Amino acid sequence: MATALRRGRTWWAGSVLGRHLLVALLGLVVVVVVLESASDFRNLQLASMAYLGIAAGGLTVLTGLNGQISLGHGALMAIGAYTTALLLDDRDAGTPLPLVVLAAVAVTLLVGAVVGAAAARLHGPYLAGATLALAVAVPGIALYFKEQLGGEQGLRVVLPDIPTWVLDLAFFVTGQDLTRSRYVACLAWLTLIVTFVLLANLSRTRVGRRWRAVRDDEVAAELAGIRLGRARVSAFVVSAAAAGAAGAMMAITVRLAAPSGFTITLSLTLLTAVVLGGLGSLGGALLGAALLTFLPQVVTDLGVDAGLSDIQAAELAPLVYGLVMVVVVLVAPAGLVGTARTALLRRRLQRAGTGTSTSTSTDTAAPTSTSTTSKGTTT
Amino acid sequence: MRRRLHRSAPLAAVLAGALLLSACGAGGRSDDGDGGDEGGGGGATAPGVTEDSITIGAHFPLTGVAAPGYNEIPTGAKAYFDYVNAQGGVNGRQIEYLVRDDGYNPTNTSSVTNELVLEEEIFAMVGGLGTPTHSAVVDFLNDEGVPDFFVSSGSLQWGDDPENAPYTFGWQPDYEIEGKIIGQYVAENMPDAKVGLFLQDDDFGDDAEKGVRQFLDEQIVAAERYTSGNTDVGPQIAGLQAAGADLVLAFNTPSYTALSQLVALKLGYQPQWFYSNVGSDADLVGSLLSRFSEGAVEGGSGSLDGVMTTEYIPGVDQPDDPWVQLWQKVWDEHGEKGELTNYRVYGMSHAYAFVQALLAAGEDLTRDGLVEAMEEVGADLDGPQLAPFRYSADSHLGISGLRVVEIRDGAGEDLTPVLVTDIGDAEIAEDDSGQDGDAPPESGVPEAP
Repeated sequence: MATALRRGRTWWAGSVLGRHLLVALLGLVVVVVVLESASDFRNLQLASMAYLGIAAGGLTVLTGLNGQISLGHGALMAIGAYTTALLLDDRDAGTPLPLVVLAAVAVTLLVGAVVGAAAARLHGPYLAGATLALAVAVPGIALYFKEQLGGEQGLRVVLPDIPTWVLDLAFFVTGQDLTRSRYVACLAWLTLIVTFVLLANLSRTRVGRRWRAVRDDEVAAELAGIRLGRARVSAFVVSAAAAGAAGAMMAITVRLAAPSGFTITLSLTLLTAVVLGGLGSLGGALLGAALLTFLPQVVTDLGVDAGLSDIQAAELAPLVYGLVMVVVVLVAPAGLVGTARTALLRRRLQRAGTGTSTSTSTDTAAPTSTSTTSKGTTT
Repeated sequence: MRRRLHRSAPLAAVLAGALLLSACGAGGRSDDGDGGDEGGGGGATAPGVTEDSITIGAHFPLTGVAAPGYNEIPTGAKAYFDYVNAQGGVNGRQIEYLVRDDGYNPTNTSSVTNELVLEEEIFAMVGGLGTPTHSAVVDFLNDEGVPDFFVSSGSLQWGDDPENAPYTFGWQPDYEIEGKIIGQYVAENMPDAKVGLFLQDDDFGDDAEKGVRQFLDEQIVAAERYTSGNTDVGPQIAGLQAAGADLVLAFNTPSYTALSQLVALKLGYQPQWFYSNVGSDADLVGSLLSRFSEGAVEGGSGSLDGVMTTEYIPGVDQPDDPWVQLWQKVWDEHGEKGELTNYRVYGMSHAYAFVQALLAAGEDLTRDGLVEAMEEVGADLDGPQLAPFRYSADSHLGISGLRVVEIRDGAGEDLTPVLVTDIGDAEIAEDDSGQDGDAPPESGVPEAP
């Protein structure tokens, strides 16, 4: 049994892409089963979780693997969302959905390249300040170009009719008719899986190793022939592209792109999702997104059941969220997934006896990254 | 990419997965043409309605910057529904009223509306607040066939196009007719005034400006706009001052009434102020004034004395009005902590109208039935509103008029009788329906029309 497992382990551990695809396939099956059994409302909630997860995944790559902090990812999502809204402004807009999403990603990627080029010259608090400015400025653009971008009230997004072959396929696989909510949720989760496979794969390749090298020690990285600027810009661009995809999914889910949806709060929310889950871990980003999506509703419902008035129950949600945040930072400073992974590693090391195993996990990043950025600035 | 892999195991796994999926497949789809939108109303069992209950919902900003004042509206509505429930409900059904917080953020509005409609299966949305927030969900509600009654906002889009949004009804007078009535009053009574406009930069300001300009286009010397959320209105007020405006018509929310007053004090600018109904709640503005100025300006209900405004329902400044007496009784019996305020009166007033709509729809309650009943009898309904509703098959706009008042000692003093009109070129006329003189029935619960 154990040998079979080990042999089983070797064939898929041999190829990074193969392993990621396998995990993605398993994820897809789980997603289909979950979406299928969930109600329409849960499907839409899961879609929200997916778009937050995509954006948080992009951010966790940037912050966890490359050591750059961004307070402006909400603004990048806005760019993706507005691109989507402009392309899907009425029911016969005619642009196929995959193209719309790709366009949203491409536009955000361009903006990300420009911002990234500026950001690559900045460190720590300066970078945070610059990206913060982005988060504040971008919603202002929508207000300024009121005619084109709808001002305060934003642009409505009209989801085109579901293609017949999708309906047929969905019925073939699940035996049920596909509702619009489920369709949206499927789209969002499919995008999430694709994005995560790409991100996971990228972080395991030479590009990802460069990002980590730059994060850990700039001088050493430069001595090894890595061009710091290029590594930083590429990390920012990849992260921005993920935010663009997230923005597109958000526009489709919420059916609206309005400036008040993309305030600085959204950017900070993404950052808290990443910190809650664990810096640098995609699983952590997803967990953080899940907490963000489900916690407020659960807490509010509990509050109402406990006899609080509607207003008190509504005020309870941010309070509990803040408390969870404080507790996680106190008890599990590497984030939920990060801490769990460290604990698992430690136990495995103990079991194997010290010294023999060198199977390091590459992604546990939180404590090292912060200490090394400060080291970097002394150069 | 796969070809580069030396081992074909992942490919095999993918294939196996695909095979597995197709093996459990359900074959072809029977083509019933319907995209899956259920609950288009109709049928004896409407969603949210049982033998002894009706579940309805609403979205309000209970937290965040827009919460002061507005979060009191649902407490008023809830008190009135509880009052009706205590008297046996509507046709034997108790009203369950669910309120969700959207923090005045359209993204949240969308998600709480999903929750209300898909999870809680409400029969109708009643009183959802805000123009940018509610416009995020109006298509969804109409696609799902959920009656979307009495949106707490005066934007034209809730009622001027019933073909596109057959389930949506406005309630308060829309901003365009308010602008028209104010414009005509100023043109007749202050023909020499140099008029400045202070506008919120969305439907609110746009619709109002359209109305005002019908009468005052010549007299307007400046139009300044502010963006909701940006608390610095210095440039706008200075702009009005520089243009020499001696009468400012302001279409803004209560926070901006307080902000504009403070900035004007700072600049030594003393025009005659005319705030539209939305921004003129003297008590709230008074408390905001003292909070924003950190106590430097004494707040209180007298803080807006001398300011002109409009009113379309009796408020707490008229304790002798029979409607206000009813609201006071309801609040004393079923309210939460705190005083009766104009926002709670607003909530009770639209709750009253919704109970009337439910009664008009009869025992066999359906979503389409409710809409039809409202189109049929809506224009004849009595109620606290000073002027009748305009509901018909062609218009879902709400109250048809209001009167101009001046605030003295925190209470409104009438400057005109109730004036009624409609959007577009419709004449402005004195209201002869007698709506402003009526009183609620003895029980406080409307009778079936």
